[in-house]
Amino acid sequence: MAQAEAQLHGDDAPASKVGHAEGQQHPIRLYLVVWGWLFVLSAGSYSIDYFGLQGHLRWGLILTFMMLKAGLIVAVFMHMAWERLALAYAILVPPLLILVFVAIMVLESDYTELTRVLSFSGS
Amino acid sequence: MAETTLGHANHTAPRPHGLHGVAADWSSDQRAFKNVSWGKAMMWVFLLSDTFIFGCFLLSYMTARMSTTVPWPNPSEVFALHLFGQDIPLILIAIMTFMLISSSGTMAMAVNFGYRHDRRKTAVLMLVTAALGATFVGMQAFEWTKLITEGVRPWANPWGAVQFGSSFFMITGFHGTHVTFGVIFLLITARKVWRGDYETGVRGFFTSRRGQYESVEIMGLYWHFVDLVWVFIFAFFYLW
Repeated sequence: MAQAEAQLHGDDAPASKVGHAEGQQHPIRLYLVVWGWLFVLSAGSYSIDYFGLQGHLRWGLILTFMMLKAGLIVAVFMHMAWERLALAYAILVPPLLILVFVAIMVLESDYTELTRVLSFSGS
Repeated sequence: MAETTLGHANHTAPRPHGLHGVAADWSSDQRAFKNVSWGKAMMWVFLLSDTFIFGCFLLSYMTARMSTTVPWPNPSEVFALHLFGQDIPLILIAIMTFMLISSSGTMAMAVNFGYRHDRRKTAVLMLVTAALGATFVGMQAFEWTKLITEGVRPWANPWGAVQFGSSFFMITGFHGTHVTFGVIFLLITARKVWRGDYETGVRGFFTSRRGQYESVEIMGLYWHFVDLVWVFIFAFFYLW
């Protein structure tokens, strides 16, 4: 209970303070700042479409905003930045295998499209 | 002893950091995740498996879109709404995105207040999160209705490649289901916080173990993941 009361005054605690005494303790301000940034980045994503950017600029910006948003959510909201590396690597490295799958399917779909063009477009 | 196997953060001796720490934790012949309870570790493992599910959905969508010889419908026009006398591209999707991000913000704050044993604020913030999530699902239902009345089916649509419909219903449907289940679990957890179950150690409904405020954080992990998936769906399906 004393701990609970002590934590009520923890709003101005430094952000680097990692409290593993009871779970994750970070100042509320940190979450509000991240929330604000997520709004800014989402507005950025939306404006890509609103202003109708095309080509590599469009795809590059989409991917950049996407990765920044995902990084903020995982690192701060899900507290991955404060977890030990053993957990972070166990969770964050396996999804990279999806990229291998993506590479395989890019080759495969190029081949499928080529076959469709060659065999079915003659009518 | 029971504390060591079940409880969470009670390790006082400093453990090595960096890559050396990874090797030391994984080879310690006890448990690899040193300061994380089993509940949190299992939620992370579940989320990892869910990552692969959604990864495969987006991957099959990519394959369908890349291999079709028919033009893909332009999402910017398909999801435009006629408001204030003009067509605004993707506006409903943008609003849904902001709602889901806001619900993530309130959830993160609920976790924080939970660890401070501020039951009132925690429960209220969780209810706000649930309300935003329910609104999101409602807007998705509106979007589905609009598209279905315009003739989009999993096997056909008026604008181009037929795979558009099946990809759309599959991906957003699965995501909407996740949000719905999240809302249900948010309400259950908020009720437990409100009653003070985590103060008195009443046995829980899922595992009949005594809950702690860590349950709120684990609930939060799931909720943030739902938001995270939407970030990728928004980028790849709606914007690309």
